[in-house]
Amino acid sequence: MSGYVEGILVLLAINVVFAYGAFLPIAAGQLNLGIAGFAAIGGYVSAFLSNNAAVPVPVAILVGGLAAAMVALAVAVPVLRTRGIYLALATFALGEIVRAAILNIELVGGAAGYPVVAFIRFPTIAAFAAGVAVVVWLLFATRFGIAITAVHDDERVADLMGLNVRAFQVAAFALGAGFAGIGGGLYAHHFSYVEAQYFGITLSISIVLFVLFGGTQSVLGPLLGATVFTLLPELLRGSAQWRYVFFASIVIVVMVLRPQGLVTGVQMPRLFRDHRERARTGRAA
Amino acid sequence: MLIYFQQIVNGLMLGSIYAMVAVALTLGMGILRFLNFSIPGLFMIGGMLTWALVRDAVPWPLAAGAALLMAAVASLVVELFTWRWMRKADEFVPLVSSMAFLILFENLAVAYWGSDLQSLPQLFAGADWRVAGLVISVPQVAGLILSIVLIAGLSLILRKTRLGRALRTIAEDADTALLLGIPIHRIVPSVFLISGIFAALSGVLFAVNYRQVHPFMGEALGLKGISAMVVGGMGNIWGAIAGGLIIGCAEVMSIDLFGADFVDISVYGLLLLILMVRPTGLFGAPAGARA
Repeated sequence: MSGYVEGILVLLAINVVFAYGAFLPIAAGQLNLGIAGFAAIGGYVSAFLSNNAAVPVPVAILVGGLAAAMVALAVAVPVLRTRGIYLALATFALGEIVRAAILNIELVGGAAGYPVVAFIRFPTIAAFAAGVAVVVWLLFATRFGIAITAVHDDERVADLMGLNVRAFQVAAFALGAGFAGIGGGLYAHHFSYVEAQYFGITLSISIVLFVLFGGTQSVLGPLLGATVFTLLPELLRGSAQWRYVFFASIVIVVMVLRPQGLVTGVQMPRLFRDHRERARTGRAA
Repeated sequence: MLIYFQQIVNGLMLGSIYAMVAVALTLGMGILRFLNFSIPGLFMIGGMLTWALVRDAVPWPLAAGAALLMAAVASLVVELFTWRWMRKADEFVPLVSSMAFLILFENLAVAYWGSDLQSLPQLFAGADWRVAGLVISVPQVAGLILSIVLIAGLSLILRKTRLGRALRTIAEDADTALLLGIPIHRIVPSVFLISGIFAALSGVLFAVNYRQVHPFMGEALGLKGISAMVVGGMGNIWGAIAGGLIIGCAEVMSIDLFGADFVDISVYGLLLLILMVRPTGLFGAPAGARA
């Protein structure tokens, strides 16, 4: 595998992990614009552990994810009091505070960035990405997925049906933050260097774009969105200067043509169900 | 003591730029419940186009006018893709499209002008007042007054005119407005037109006063503008002015007191605190636009 191809695939796998981190809260009706802040927590915590405590890298990355999830749990109670665009802005402010705080922690290099000694390659990163995707897929095959969807569609009705709306929102938010933290750890250990500036609002926005572009109704959406968003700029590389111009134009046009995202909830099951039904009854559906 | 007064003056000048961006954002929030992320891009168009034309020896008032016109046209294009053709979409979708417009504008600017920091010549050399030891830049004061006058005009339009009444009806409920016979597709573009012009004018003022532009200049300003909007109460245009001035002063003062590294912590900490404690902003605004 050439270095170039590996670089793209690594980025793709990390983006998939990030996308699932943003997908969980969005699936529960919350836009987390501070997702990069949680990625930064995961990245820095795991890097610190593997640099200073000789913790094996995969363990350090998982602990980094856990740390991000714990921070999310701690702030979820005040932050999730807000709703809609207020929540999005509160998470945005939170992400910026995390980034600005890291800039001031000299222990991890402050503004100069933090070098990471341990190095992981594509297979490890791909394994993590696959693990995250499988966990989300399994979650959405259980009551948890149905409950999250119910909370997203109508909080009040979900509440009336006896769901603990608040608990599900906090769970989705914290779990998503944990995945973002894992993504940050993967990033830190592949690129051998983390700097707080990378984990700004631009990263949060790109991650949210992956999810909304791919579609929020199906667990396949984030996967597809992250793939398109990682590969498309590379395919457009031929016209280096203009590639982000083309890229943004494509996003704008696709959102007009398919505002629900590329993959929707009904479309996938329908594809398979029709197929199965046709096989069973022997009639053309 | 004098140094603090000077800092407050500087903070107010910076704040007047934030205030105009905040007004542009708060109009979209108040009337259409839409956080328009293309506003920072329009701010950048205002600044960079002024620079590019001044560089090509166009007189600055003409350059600024052309920049405003360009941003107004761009804002109308944004309207088509984030509002008109998106009425049936989920609430986050126009947000995504407006972010894509920000990326589009920024990278168009990079493609045309490169990504370097560019400086403008000093247009008003020596135009400083010295009052009781304070240095006050005349163009900056002119900018502050201009922004207050424009915002007062906007407030008057919203309160007194037929257009203003239609806009306030749309703020209550766009579908009801349509049922009442308000031609929303003719009226909504005016929201985009006004916010585009405010954003671009703020960019022109920034370029003229701080004399530095680059394709990504809108991002930091846009984020401060969002903070100013929240502090003032979303949808409240007078609140946006107050919010802009508060954020400007908070920024300048915390640079002075704690050092530049803590600016973001204090500005965004203030934002987070207000969102949690008093989400309607310091001056309280209902969901609709308040003039």
